[in-house]
Amino acid sequence: MSQSVSSQRNSLRYRSRLLQPEAERRPDTHPLTWRLRDDGEVVWLEEYLRKDGYQSVRKALDEGDPQAIIATMKEANVRGRGGAGFSAGLKWSLTLQGGEMPRGYMICNADEMEPGTFKDRLLMEQQPHLLIEGMILGALANNSFYGYVFLRGEYVESARVLNRALEEARKAGWLGADINGSGFDFDIAVHTGAGRYICGEETALINSLEGRRANPRAKPPFPGQSGAWGKPSVVNNVETLCNVPAVILNGADWYQALSGDRTDDGGSKLYGISGPVEKPGLWELPMGTTGGEILDRAGGMRGNRQLKAWLPGGASTGFLLPEHLDLPLDFDTVGKEGSRLGTGLLAMAPQEQSMVALMRNLEEFFARESCGWCTPCRDGLPWTVKLLRALELGQGETGDIELLDKLAADCGPGLTFCAHAPGAAMPLQTALKHFRHEFEQGVSKPRGKAHQDPIPVGEV
Amino acid sequence: MMATTPQTTRIIGSDGFELHPADETAMRKEMAHYEQPQAACIEALKIVQRRYGWVPDGAIGAIARVLGIGPAAVEGVATFYSLIFRQPVGRHVVLVCDSSSCFLTGFDELKQALVSQLGIDYGQTTEDARFTLLPVCCLGACDGAPALMIDDDTYGPVSPDDLPGLLEGYP
Ligand SMILES: Cc1cc2nc3c(=O)[nH]c(=O)nc-3n(C[C@H](O)[C@H](O)[C@H](O)COP(=O)(O)O)c2cc1C
Ligand code: SF4
Ligand code: FES
Repeated sequence: MSQSVSSQRNSLRYRSRLLQPEAERRPDTHPLTWRLRDDGEVVWLEEYLRKDGYQSVRKALDEGDPQAIIATMKEANVRGRGGAGFSAGLKWSLTLQGGEMPRGYMICNADEMEPGTFKDRLLMEQQPHLLIEGMILGALANNSFYGYVFLRGEYVESARVLNRALEEARKAGWLGADINGSGFDFDIAVHTGAGRYICGEETALINSLEGRRANPRAKPPFPGQSGAWGKPSVVNNVETLCNVPAVILNGADWYQALSGDRTDDGGSKLYGISGPVEKPGLWELPMGTTGGEILDRAGGMRGNRQLKAWLPGGASTGFLLPEHLDLPLDFDTVGKEGSRLGTGLLAMAPQEQSMVALMRNLEEFFARESCGWCTPCRDGLPWTVKLLRALELGQGETGDIELLDKLAADCGPGLTFCAHAPGAAMPLQTALKHFRHEFEQGVSKPRGKAHQDPIPVGEV
Repeated sequence: MMATTPQTTRIIGSDGFELHPADETAMRKEMAHYEQPQAACIEALKIVQRRYGWVPDGAIGAIARVLGIGPAAVEGVATFYSLIFRQPVGRHVVLVCDSSSCFLTGFDELKQALVSQLGIDYGQTTEDARFTLLPVCCLGACDGAPALMIDDDTYGPVSPDDLPGLLEGYP
């Protein structure tokens, strides 16, 4: 291969990066990222230990009180960073353990596939030991005997880094039998996937882990009661688990104080932004940072573009408007505006972007990624795509928009087997609410007698 | 785990497909990570795919025998996951991200350029069996959108003008 070809390959290669210099990141304010290096190289065990690595595990093992870990996590109220915002401490307190109950699994959800989300990758590629440390604490608290990192197949670099870090941790006695002389056994394996967004749904993930098709399972029983191979299983997002070591080391009050008086939710958050902005990127900021502050950090919209609408945390969250840029981005505040914080990585749509086209793109994603289990999702989403494609071409029929309303309502919370369909409904409903006129402009024909092919099977 | 006795029987699927001994060893090693062998199914498919580029029909039965499950279960899994290929693909697979952040930053132009430069659309392979083009969900590279993957390498942001030089690196 010629020099120029390989140098072009290298210059175009994507590298995960944090847009915050080391000088700005401190242990007491940036628990997730203070150890990261400006040069983006991996923080391996030796450096990690020098930077206080595994101190929380040492502390927890010395204290020997798993219930105290759960109590601290509950008090800190670390809310799930996979998108749903459920308190990790509360989840852990509901995991079955003790008595006749077999020891179960600690599973890290590293399937990161929510469109617009690129945060977990950074934590795994540059600082694998923080995740391992968090998983060990989770295993201690939940009495898990084995852990899996359920990693999407495309994250080849994450797999390489994690596997090497796991080997380092094993050799140093942080994993395996009798961790650090405590009598506690725990080890972790990386399980890599083979595509499909639905694998990120926690019960579909468990089916996939067991080597089955990734259809979700009915809840209850929740994974904490009966998960992988029927054993109590805890599923947490990468970023959630990376918060645990500092919480255990510094306490719940410290964690709560990280967000100052911005919000009731404590801690810091990996916030990011993408779309046509000057400097798309990722930062660790106090929970409750506003969209406006994040957009400012990104240098504003690219060129002279004006912001039209934005998704606060992935494709399955609702559209917000420029007027919402002042809101603190926490779970409850965003929830009150008809959206969700989701993953907290913003996607910005400029003024000239057709909302009909953007919605068509989003619903194509949801239709393709439906697991096919329930009707409103399997059949309703391709139908939604078909209607949106017609509207985009200005060939919609009278009644199409009402039909979109109905199809979205049918996908609402509680009507389907998992949250994939409600995730598809939320951006559509908010787009129809805020930008209905754009959809109406696509209607040019009277209502046809019937759709000849109402369910375009196999088209999406 | 029990020590595995050396495998003397050759694992042969339908069509006379014969599992490479090294692949079988890799699968058995993978099985040791789980309570039940079926959990190694996806990895087993990926092991075969790494060798042949895709999963030939005969491999389904062969994997089923190694895992001790029915071939229908293996086929069900093989057809569910988008990165398991049940048809031959080119020497290099181009996965172009078609999710929202890429859509907002030039996916349409990038896709068009790929289609015209490769002369193929999604699901197709170039006549010289060099490239197969497929769409993929958000690659988690949205701060480098529009993004794509070629084999194990992720690139972004990629402009249509970058493509000729980039593709040249994959003979
Ligand atoms: C369709 C779908 C996809 C999901 N994908 C992911 C994912 O990629 N990563 C993730 O952490 N959570 C994902 N979730 C959320 C998980 O189901 C689950 O709530 C989460 O892993 C729990 O961890 P947390 O409480 O630490 O956030 C997804 C949910 C749904 C419905
Ligand atoms: S809502 Fe969709 S993705 Fe979820 S179980 Fe039903 S069909 Fe599958
Ligand atoms: S949307 Fe394309 S990489 Fe995220």
